[in-house]
Amino acid sequence: MDKIPILRMGSFLLVTIQVDLYDRLALDLEADLVQMVNKTGSKGVLIDISAVSIVDSFMGRIIGNIASMSKILDAETVVVGMQPAVAITLIELGLPLKGVHTALDVEKGMNLLKSMIGDDHGDEDETDDDDTFAE
Amino acid sequence: MSFNTLKLLQKQKKNILEIWMKNQLSDDGLREDLISNEDLRGQSEELISALVTNLAGDDLVDFDADRWDPVIEILGGIAITRARQGFSPRETGRFVHSLKDALLEVLQREIEDSKQLFEESMKINKVMDNLSIVTFETFIKGREEVILRQTDEIAEISTPVIRVWDGILALPIIGTLDSSRTQIVMENLLQEIVETGSSIAILDISGVPAVDSLVAQHLIKTVSATRLMGAECIISGIRPEIAQTVVHLGIDLSNIITKASLASALSYAFKVLRLEVRKSSSIAKPNL
Repeated sequence: MDKIPILRMGSFLLVTIQVDLYDRLALDLEADLVQMVNKTGSKGVLIDISAVSIVDSFMGRIIGNIASMSKILDAETVVVGMQPAVAITLIELGLPLKGVHTALDVEKGMNLLKSMIGDDHGDEDETDDDDTFAE
Repeated sequence: MSFNTLKLLQKQKKNILEIWMKNQLSDDGLREDLISNEDLRGQSEELISALVTNLAGDDLVDFDADRWDPVIEILGGIAITRARQGFSPRETGRFVHSLKDALLEVLQREIEDSKQLFEESMKINKVMDNLSIVTFETFIKGREEVILRQTDEIAEISTPVIRVWDGILALPIIGTLDSSRTQIVMENLLQEIVETGSSIAILDISGVPAVDSLVAQHLIKTVSATRLMGAECIISGIRPEIAQTVVHLGIDLSNIITKASLASALSYAFKVLRLEVRKSSSIAKPNL
């Protein structure tokens, strides 16, 4: 049976979906991911869906669910690499994925996660950096 | 139509063509700039040949009969070409009506019995009336095709996505936003975001004449879709009247970043990307 691997990278979890998701797989991913967040105490989850070309309302809801669940477990979710067609479909389905952060690609997503987590922890460092930049 | 008249017309084919050409060439509405005389003669000759061979039989009025198909086809072809070339309806109408004049003139010359002349003329009249209806139907259809094509073209070219800076896209929208147009705008914008990897898109609506709840809905959709892609969308160019209507309609744009002008949207984008525009102290020569 297929399984989507969840990779750990520092304090983040990285999920790249390389196959078209069917319902069972998506539900498994949701369960696995929440378990993993809990076990590793991760602060951020990055989901790369650049290879996903088909979504339905169920998939949209699963992504929303993962975000909400991670949020409760104190982790931020970033969805990266969404295809234009997928974005249009989700909007037309009335699923704007309110609680989910998005980024164009994995690199930008990682930066976003870092800055968000950085806000929580190393707040001073971040502002210091900014100041030196400005001056 | 009686056998004799038919024979007569077939025999007089050359003559009819000559009279018809004379009529057309002496007409004020002759468009030598659009069609050469040789082409005109070719078209006319083709039409007359088809017409004369099809005049046989008594059921002239029955225009659904299959044997009219060649004539209708030729006439339709001429009408559509004329519509595309930009002939006016009057000029196209004159084309067919001058043929009627030519036919009647020949009949008048050749038939002596006035009763017979009347009967044959009436028949010719009926045929030619039917032909002019066909002409106009096809002419208008041709014009409509032209209009449809132009609409498509306008929709296609009226939504350019401009890369104003590395990572900043601008999309000026001119004209009314409807569902199909929003779809094109959205697709173009999202595609361009993927291609350029831009993280900020500016939607400039200073060219949109009016914003109603539907247009606002479309705008919100576009902004949400860009957000899903991982880019930020700013709406700029909101005129005071539009701000008034939006608030009066009770549309909530509070979770969308809106700026008054493209310039302020751009400066906001610079701020987000941590870019800075400064006046340099020395005068640098621009590289041309």
